[in-house]
Amino acid sequence: MDIYLPIAAISLDVFVLLALGGVVGFLSGVFGVGGGFLLTPFLIFIGVPHAIAVASSANQLVGASVSGALAHWRRGNVDLQMGLVMLAGGFAGSAVGVWFFGVLRRIGQIDLAISLAYVLLLGTLGTLMLIESTRAILRLRRPGGVRRKLHQHIWLHGLPLKMRFRRSKLYISALLPLALGFFGGVLSAVLGVGGGFVMVPAMIYMLGMPTAMVPGTSLFQIIFVAASVTVLQAVENGTVDAVLALVLLVGGVIGAQLGTRFGTRLRGEQLRALLALLVLGIALKLVVDLTVKPVDPYTIEAVSE
Amino acid sequence: MSRPLPLPLPLLLLLPLVLAAPARAAEPLVADLTNHLVAITTGFTGTNVVLFGATDGPGDVVVVVRGPDHDVVVRRKSRVGGIWMNKRQMTFQGVPSYYELLSSKPLDDIMPAAVQGFHQIGLPFMRMSVIEKRSPEDIAEFRAALMRQQQREGLYPTGVGRVSFLGDRLFHATLTFPANVPTGTYRLEVFLVRNGQVVSGQTSPLVVSQVGIDAEVNDFANRRALLYGFVAVIGAAMAGWLASLPFRNA
Repeated sequence: MDIYLPIAAISLDVFVLLALGGVVGFLSGVFGVGGGFLLTPFLIFIGVPHAIAVASSANQLVGASVSGALAHWRRGNVDLQMGLVMLAGGFAGSAVGVWFFGVLRRIGQIDLAISLAYVLLLGTLGTLMLIESTRAILRLRRPGGVRRKLHQHIWLHGLPLKMRFRRSKLYISALLPLALGFFGGVLSAVLGVGGGFVMVPAMIYMLGMPTAMVPGTSLFQIIFVAASVTVLQAVENGTVDAVLALVLLVGGVIGAQLGTRFGTRLRGEQLRALLALLVLGIALKLVVDLTVKPVDPYTIEAVSE
Repeated sequence: MSRPLPLPLPLLLLLPLVLAAPARAAEPLVADLTNHLVAITTGFTGTNVVLFGATDGPGDVVVVVRGPDHDVVVRRKSRVGGIWMNKRQMTFQGVPSYYELLSSKPLDDIMPAAVQGFHQIGLPFMRMSVIEKRSPEDIAEFRAALMRQQQREGLYPTGVGRVSFLGDRLFHATLTFPANVPTGTYRLEVFLVRNGQVVSGQTSPLVVSQVGIDAEVNDFANRRALLYGFVAVIGAAMAGWLASLPFRNA
């Protein structure tokens, strides 16, 4: 059954969209990642224009992260203070990102920028994950194993504007979470991702937050960053397809809840290795699309006015 | 995005013609559509509209359907460091967003190119302007690319559709609109051709419009972008919250 998407102005099969939302939601539930970085490339692959895929993913992300953050909130795993500081950076980042997005769109390079950014991001992420999970699998086979270091203070923590974060038991410069939030905001605006896959490791290793606090706090701030990206994209670029976002969301939240339960019963290392391969596969497909000679080197775009 | 005309107006415009037809045989050409509104609903996958009409004697009929004009940017990708990226671009003004051509006989058999050009019958005669100063070869190349892309999208014809005659005077044709048909007010031109000349013509409007919830969403998103953004956010947040409820005690 086809559904007509009013902003994208194309018809797509509603079951394909639901399944896409469901699969991405499921993966995000299993691995505890946002899933935006999987959703946007898949939307592009099924024919949604790049700009609309990005902005609508951000819209979808609002719902997905509300659902996720609530679960963590109920367990008391959200550092509100840290989240708010990051959010301040996130708002600024999303404004800069959406403005930049508009500039790229006007000069006709937005598709290229999105594809390149995804190749870079997914390529790095996939490689790191593959190395990490392979090591973990090898380590499991050997008895004993290596003990990780607890959090250490690094020079970055000593920057000015030091602040005490009680929940996370940290006393570090507020500039760090601000900068991290800003970076996440830019990513969210340009790529339609929450940035969890960058934020989560950075919050653990750079800020030194307790691991339990990280996903909830990250999701909490993603809600508002994605919300700000959605509103800004709607106003600045008119690229938010709310119908698309809602359909994806319906599939996504169900998938995510199922994925969360499924994930707790599975061995993590093999799964992470699989996800790494999937991520690398998407990056590879994007590389192929960028480098293979196009059927027709010309593209056209209707402009208003 | 242009606003749809209320339905009765095009019908009213045609009414005198249709009523006058049987009474006055002097009217050389009368034509009408089965439907003056193509409504794009949520399940829209394209539609057909039947054109029918009568002439006052033997002759050929040519039909041109033009979607609303807009500006189109054509970009050309070149290889830069192994990557195909947009390098050059050209903006065309007054480009029909949709074009369809139907005829009762091959065009070249019934009228000379000059007549086709005068009435903009056929893709080679479509008028569109370029603002930037560019060489004629450049323009021709980009123009051809524009035509090709529009054809690939099914918005421009790859051939000439058929107008069928029933006897000498009655004719009909089926206009097929694809799922991706652009919205707006279309112009339908019907020409009566005799001895290589257009002896009569008739123009009527046809409205392609989103209706129902999609139309409202699109309209809302265009006119009140800020509010639309907030509604999109709140809708998504509500959906996320609702979805988490059944799993609360897990």
